[in-house]
Amino acid sequence: MTVYLLRRLYQALIVFFVVTLIVFVVLHVSGDPIELLMPPDATPTDVEEMRRTLGLDKPVVVQYGLFLKNAVRGNLGVSYHHGQPALKLVLERLPASLELVVTSILISLVLAVPLGILASTRRGRLTDRACLLGSLIGISAPPFWIGIAFILIFAVELQWLPSSGRGTWAHLVLPATSLALYRLALFLRLIRAGMLDVMTQDFIRTARAKGVSEKLVIYKHALKNTLIPFVTIAGMQMGSLLAGAIVTERVFAWPGMGRLFLDSIGVMDFPVIIAWALVIATIFLSINLAVDIIYVWLDPRIRHEK
Amino acid sequence: MKNSIDTPAIHPPAMPSDYSPPTAKFLGYTYIPAERQLLHSFLTNKLVLGATLLFLFFVLCAVFAYWVAPVDPTEQTLRARLRPPIWYDRGISPFYLGTDRLGRDVLSNIIYGMRISLMVGVLSVGLSLIIGLTLGLTAGYARGFWENFIMRAVDVQLSLPLIMVAMCFMVMFGQGLGKMIIVIAITGWAEYARTVRGTVLSIREKEYVEAAHALGFGPGTIMVKYLLINSITPILVLTAVQVPRVIILEATLSFLGVGVPVSTPSIGMAIARGYEVLFSGRWWASIFPGIALMMLVGCINVLADWLRDALEPRSRERA
Repeated sequence: MTVYLLRRLYQALIVFFVVTLIVFVVLHVSGDPIELLMPPDATPTDVEEMRRTLGLDKPVVVQYGLFLKNAVRGNLGVSYHHGQPALKLVLERLPASLELVVTSILISLVLAVPLGILASTRRGRLTDRACLLGSLIGISAPPFWIGIAFILIFAVELQWLPSSGRGTWAHLVLPATSLALYRLALFLRLIRAGMLDVMTQDFIRTARAKGVSEKLVIYKHALKNTLIPFVTIAGMQMGSLLAGAIVTERVFAWPGMGRLFLDSIGVMDFPVIIAWALVIATIFLSINLAVDIIYVWLDPRIRHEK
Repeated sequence: MKNSIDTPAIHPPAMPSDYSPPTAKFLGYTYIPAERQLLHSFLTNKLVLGATLLFLFFVLCAVFAYWVAPVDPTEQTLRARLRPPIWYDRGISPFYLGTDRLGRDVLSNIIYGMRISLMVGVLSVGLSLIIGLTLGLTAGYARGFWENFIMRAVDVQLSLPLIMVAMCFMVMFGQGLGKMIIVIAITGWAEYARTVRGTVLSIREKEYVEAAHALGFGPGTIMVKYLLINSITPILVLTAVQVPRVIILEATLSFLGVGVPVSTPSIGMAIARGYEVLFSGRWWASIFPGIALMMLVGCINVLADWLRDALEPRSRERA
């Protein structure tokens, strides 16, 4: 098991390295930020001077070497636009993004687990069909459009909740809910399918034959076994949610990392874009690793394997 | 697929308890042979039938957009800026679902936008299928160094959030329809490679593959005739799931302004433009394109669910 985890860690490191390489090369081949940084009346000497200060005059390979050397010290360069360390800029926005992502994953879990159980125990009946239809809509609607529809209904028409910005709980409701809907639908389907799958297995029949009450069979025997593989998927969704939050942050003017990233694209602020991608990749890889560990720990069959 | 021993048996789909076995009424058979069960489960499922008809309708509209759309989607009619849908007092005739800020017709934009959505969906998924299939077959058949190399690349690809990879590449290449199709294809190949390799590994040791080796068939023949044919079912199921995903990804990228160029009528772009005027109560320019996209994706999702249930008996209980 330790070997397995070490291998995963090693794999994560390779992925991380590849990400730095790709992001770096990709961005430096794509365009010249100097033109956007300098005023239109700048002289060629000014431009050259700026290029040298930013280290953009050296070959890409040398730039990458310098970048890696600095990166291991936590220095990802200075934002061309804000004049501050890029990593600091991104990390400053991290709490806002995490707040959004964690709230929305909690919303989807709190609703999806009971609804999934309900749907699976009433398979084929009205409750089940309603849940399935709802989840079909949830996985089919583009998340950014759900946000827009929410703004229209709850902010423009009813004027119950604010449509943009961050600060109070009221600000959090619409973005978190609209971001949660897709995962809610996905989780509901997974829980329902998992429950239906587990319920056909022998140990459920044994439990029923022993005279265990139906409630206990569902909540103890079946649910526990459904949730183990579910943890993996839910955990991985959290990582992708952090990247997917870009659209929600855009729609609700939420001051998170995603918005910073979008703004940086517009002005070709390479260090910030790189820092964003690396932070997302790091969090994503760490979550996946953590999920692996939790999975092994939860399932005694794997835990006791030699 | 003449040899029925090689084809996995397709079992009748799980039906609710009040389901009675098919009678002689259906195509004159009292029981349904495996080949017909797919068609039967299709015809008996009203939701699937409805979704198919709606999907075909969308496809026809998209293909014949030039004749179906009331006006040119890029044409700006300045006297008709921000007109509401036709059933409002201020709505005017050719603009049935209203117009946007520059007087472009919302309905025509939706119809032409669907064309882009479907095009990106089909071409991107097709391209990632070709890449993934080739690499997956190679990895499963050749083993050794190439397998390691390809599967490591798959791991790298799958351990990164899709939208992040797509965004980074789009930032690099800049806007463009062709570029986006390629970028989305690059983000999607890994799942195909993994699926195909899995299937190949599970059948490459089977007796009939060994027999083919013994009979002196070359690697090309074995790969195509045995390994490829047997991968068709999982590939079909994966494709049905990938297409709606890709369509939403296209809309998302275009909405964020890194997808198609501004002049191309895309649904994501239409929603972004409608969003600009949302706060003044002009809801139609963003809501209608979204509903259209949701219906399109919903139809494909229904078909994908049905296809998976019909083709993979083991996963039927998990639907």
